[in-house]
Amino acid sequence: MTDPGRSERYPLRRRAVAAALLEARGDLLVVSGLGAPTWDVAAAGDHPLTFPLWGAMGGAAMIGLGLALARPERRVLVVTGDGEMLMGLGSLATVGVKRPANLAIVVLDNERYGETGMQATHTAGPADLAAAAAALGFPVTGTVRDQAELEAAIPAIRGATGPAFYDIKVRAEDLPLVMPPKDGILLKDRFRAALLGKEAGI
Amino acid sequence: MTAAASRSWPEEIFAALAALGVRQVAYVPDAGHKELIERCAGAAAMETVALTTEEEGVALLAGAWLGGQRGALLMQSSGVGNCVNMLSLMRTCAFPLLMLVTMRGQPGEFNPWQLPMGETAAPVLELGGCRVFALDDAAEAGATVAAAGRAAFEGPTAAAVLIAQRVVGMKTFGCTGDD
Repeated sequence: MTDPGRSERYPLRRRAVAAALLEARGDLLVVSGLGAPTWDVAAAGDHPLTFPLWGAMGGAAMIGLGLALARPERRVLVVTGDGEMLMGLGSLATVGVKRPANLAIVVLDNERYGETGMQATHTAGPADLAAAAAALGFPVTGTVRDQAELEAAIPAIRGATGPAFYDIKVRAEDLPLVMPPKDGILLKDRFRAALLGKEAGI
Repeated sequence: MTAAASRSWPEEIFAALAALGVRQVAYVPDAGHKELIERCAGAAAMETVALTTEEEGVALLAGAWLGGQRGALLMQSSGVGNCVNMLSLMRTCAFPLLMLVTMRGQPGEFNPWQLPMGETAAPVLELGGCRVFALDDAAEAGATVAAAGRAAFEGPTAAAVLIAQRVVGMKTFGCTGDD
């Protein structure tokens, strides 16, 4: 059972949510998931410490985990979509076991596959990603449905002892693409150079 | 026997991983890798990460590299098929990846369901852009993993060591065939 129409009425807009998540980002390390979240994060401002995915669907949370384990002193934020998260659902179980305190995963959940024609994902039906994350061991979780809930969630996303998982319900809408660089080697090397300096060996 | 040969092949591989500076070791539990996994889990310098599926490890180790750490991904040949799309990270972004694959489905295999990935793991990896290193002799374990690690981390590229079933030992579930 799905209700693909309901997300057209959600009040939160994904571009504004991404901008709010990344406001005054400081030394935050960001991974954005394939599709609309990569465009949303790019719209908030291209940054060397963002690693935007143009592929590797289902891998965003695990890239965030590897990064969080490597840099425990830095906050790591994964911003991905509901379809991408559903493809890597097992990775929530893996993160739940490792419990990295510095990792937050945020799903911009429009209940659609936005890049392929806005078909319904399972979150348009019974799938509850925040409940899944809680059941899999995330100590901090929530579903966000409006501006007040977003403002309450952002401090936890940016600073709570995690891992934190928030499913942010956003309106299903077709927005202009805002693309970050797509050269994967450039994206990787500039991230490592900005984070590691000379140690990156670039 | 030399002193080196008196160590088990998993111990040789552990020493090679430690010498390469591997910090994150990701795995799906596997009988062939049991000793190596336990050895890595007991090493203070290594973080072990148990996965629900092998492709998670490919993504994990891309993230580790972004953060400045080297890793290794341990799996059985059946797991190679699970990794195929995620390996696009290595080819597109030139991430390093060191994979250690215990082979099933080779001559003497008890379970025919292991044959498809046993027979296709090497060509699948090569098609996915991995350099493939065969490990057919336990005495070569340390040297082969060291060579594959150099290829992976100095490339950077994806490199896989395929550990032959005769090195790992046959799994028979008590069925010993013609003997």
